[in-house]
Amino acid sequence: MGETLYDKLWRSHVIRDYGDGTALLYVDRHLLHEVSTPQSFIAMEKKQRALWRPTANLAVPDHVVSTTDRHLPIPDPLARAQTQRLVENVARHDIPFIPLDDRRQGIVHVIGPEQGFTLPGIVLACGDSHTSTHGAFGCLAFGIGASECGIVMATQSIRQRRARAMRVTITGTRGPFINAKDVALALIARIGANGAAGHAVEYAGPVVSAMSMSERLTLCNMSIEAGARVGLIAPDETTFAYLKGRPMAPKGEMFERAVAYWRTLPSDPDAVFDREIVIDVGDVEPHVTWGTSPEDALPIGARVPYVAADAEPARRERHGRALAYMGLSPGQPLEDIPVDVVFIGSCTNSRIEDLRAAAAVATGRRVAAGVKALVVPGSGLVREQAESEGLARTFLEAGFEWRQPGCSMCVGMNGDTLASGQRSASTSNRNFEGRQGVGGRTHLMSPAMAAAAAITGRLTDVRKLMGTAS
Amino acid sequence: MTSFPPINSVAAHMPERNIDTDAIYPARYLLLMDRDNLGPYLFRDRRFHPDGSPREEFILNREPFSSAQVIVAGAGFGCGSSREQAVWTLTGFGVRCVIAPSFGEIFAGNASKNGLLTIALPEETVQRLGEAAERGARFRVDLEERLLCVDNEQIAVIDIPESTRAALLNGWDETDILLREEREAIAAFETRRGLEQPWLTLER
Ligand code: SF4
Repeated sequence: MGETLYDKLWRSHVIRDYGDGTALLYVDRHLLHEVSTPQSFIAMEKKQRALWRPTANLAVPDHVVSTTDRHLPIPDPLARAQTQRLVENVARHDIPFIPLDDRRQGIVHVIGPEQGFTLPGIVLACGDSHTSTHGAFGCLAFGIGASECGIVMATQSIRQRRARAMRVTITGTRGPFINAKDVALALIARIGANGAAGHAVEYAGPVVSAMSMSERLTLCNMSIEAGARVGLIAPDETTFAYLKGRPMAPKGEMFERAVAYWRTLPSDPDAVFDREIVIDVGDVEPHVTWGTSPEDALPIGARVPYVAADAEPARRERHGRALAYMGLSPGQPLEDIPVDVVFIGSCTNSRIEDLRAAAAVATGRRVAAGVKALVVPGSGLVREQAESEGLARTFLEAGFEWRQPGCSMCVGMNGDTLASGQRSASTSNRNFEGRQGVGGRTHLMSPAMAAAAAITGRLTDVRKLMGTAS
Repeated sequence: MTSFPPINSVAAHMPERNIDTDAIYPARYLLLMDRDNLGPYLFRDRRFHPDGSPREEFILNREPFSSAQVIVAGAGFGCGSSREQAVWTLTGFGVRCVIAPSFGEIFAGNASKNGLLTIALPEETVQRLGEAAERGARFRVDLEERLLCVDNEQIAVIDIPESTRAALLNGWDETDILLREEREAIAAFETRRGLEQPWLTLER
C-alpha cells in the first residue's frame, strides 16, 4: 500500500517512535512572532538553555504592530514592551530577525513563503494556529503553544500525535468570483468547525492543481477552522516556480537537487486515506458567515437560518447565542445585512492576488457613505508590489484606507478594532465573539466579496455587482 | 508528593459547542507577558460587563460553581487560537480538569504541559455529566488511580497516554527530559538530514 504525503512527511522526520501513536519529530524550521514567545524565552532563560540551532528560526513582529503609525517608539506601552522584548530576545539568542522597519516585515505566515523560508518536505512549527497555512507547499506545518515553542527552540524537536489522513478532492469548473475562501467556508459549513479534528487534511484534485500558491495558502490556512491542525497540498510545478529565486530557498544546482526530492513527496496513487470528501466547485457559491463560528457559513443568496427542530441542546444553545451576539433574526436575507467596516487583510487573504481581486471590484467605484474600509497588505513586499501595479491608487481613489502590513483587524489587539455592536465584512479567518474587538460582529468572506460589501454598504453578491450573475 | 493531587469538586457545566480560546482568554490580554495570575481574565467578556461588574448569570459567577475545579463542556472546547494563555487563565482561576467530547488539539497539548487535565468522553456521557454537574454533584478525579467518579459512581477510566499522565503527576519539564534522553538521537538525525538534504541547512 502506498503512502500519503502526510505519511511521507511524518516518516521522514521521526527521531523516535514511542509506539503509542506519538513520536518525536525533527523540526526543520521555526517561525516566531512577538506575542506567543515572551514566556517561552523567560522559561528558557530561567533554565539557562540555549537554542539548538539559531539559524533554523526566523522572527518578525506582526500581531501588535500599528498599521498606521510606523514611527518608533510604538505609542502603546504594552505593544511597545512586547515588540521590544522580541528585539531583545532575538539579539540575545542570535536569531535571524526581520525588524518592524524592514521592507520585508509582515504577517509571519506571509513572509515565511515569501522569503523561501517555507519549503516542501520540511516540518515547520510556529506559535500560531494558522501555521497550517504553510502546508500549501507540501510540508508538515502546525501551530504550537508557548511551552512548545520553548521545546522546539531548545531541542529542534517536538513530540506529536500522529493524525489520521483526510483527503478533500476538489473537482469541477468554478463560476466567476469563486475563490479558495468560498471553497474553504463551504467545506467548514459541511463538516463543522470540529469536523476535521484529529486529521491532517490534504487538498487535491484538478481545481487545487490549477490554483495559484496564494489560493492554496488560503485553503490550508482555513484548515484549522475545520479543526485540523494540518493542511497539505502536494508540491508541483506551481510550487517550484514560486520558490525559485526566493531569498532563503536553495539556489542553482542545489535547487535542482531539492526539486528532485520534492517530486517524490506527493501521495502515491494507491495511498489510502482514512476519510475522503469530494467537493464539486461548480456547486460552490460565494459564501459569507452569519454567526460566531466559521461553520456558520452560507451562500450569499441564503437567509439567516432557523435552528433545526431536532437539534440537540448544545447546538440549540450555540445557535441562539450566535444570533443574539450578531444581532440577527432567523429568516433575514443575508444580502440585507448592512456593514460598518470592511477589512481586507490577514494571513488568509492579504497576498497580492487577494488585493488584485479586491481592486478589480473597487475600480471605478466608491466605498459607500459611512463605511470604513481598510486594505492591509500581508507584508511590505506585497505593499510595494501593489503600489507598483497601481492597486494602491485604485483603493485610495475608491475611498479605502491603504495601510502598513500586519495582522491588523484580524485580531483585536493592535489598535485596529471594531467598536461594540459594529459589523464587519472581513477576509480574515475567525468570526468568534470579540475576535475583532469586544462586541464586534464579523462576517467572513473572500476579498472580492468584501470589496463588494464596501461598495454597497451591505453583504453583497459580488457577481450581481459586477454583472455576471447567472 | 504528586503534582496532580486528586480533585474533589463541583463542576461547572458549559454545554455550548466550540468554546474557542478567544472566548476563554480575549486577544487584547495577550499583550501581558505573564503566565501566572491570569485567572481574572478567564472568560473576561462573558464573566464581566464592560464596566468590570460581574454578569450574575454567568456560571462561574454563581455559587457553588465559582469555585469549580472541573468544567464539563461541549465538543471542540479550546478550538481556535494556539494561545497558551487559555490554559494559564483556567489554571489561574483554579480549574484543573475539563471534560468534553473533544478538544482543540493545540489546546489539549498545551493543557498537558501545565497541569490541566483534559478528559475526552463520548457525547452522551458528557451530556449526562453535565446534568449531574448542574445538580451540584461532586466530581472526583484521581489520576494516580486513573478514575473519574461522580457522586461516588465510577464513570470512566481516564484514558490518556502514560507519558502524559506521568508528566502531569510528576510535574516534569519536557525539555529537560528531551535534552537528557534524546540529545544524541536528535543530533544524529540532524547530521543525517544535513547530508541528505543539504539545502535545508541555513547559514547566516
Ligand atoms: S493575521 Fe490573524 S490569524 Fe493570521 S497570524 Fe495574524 S492574528 Fe493570526
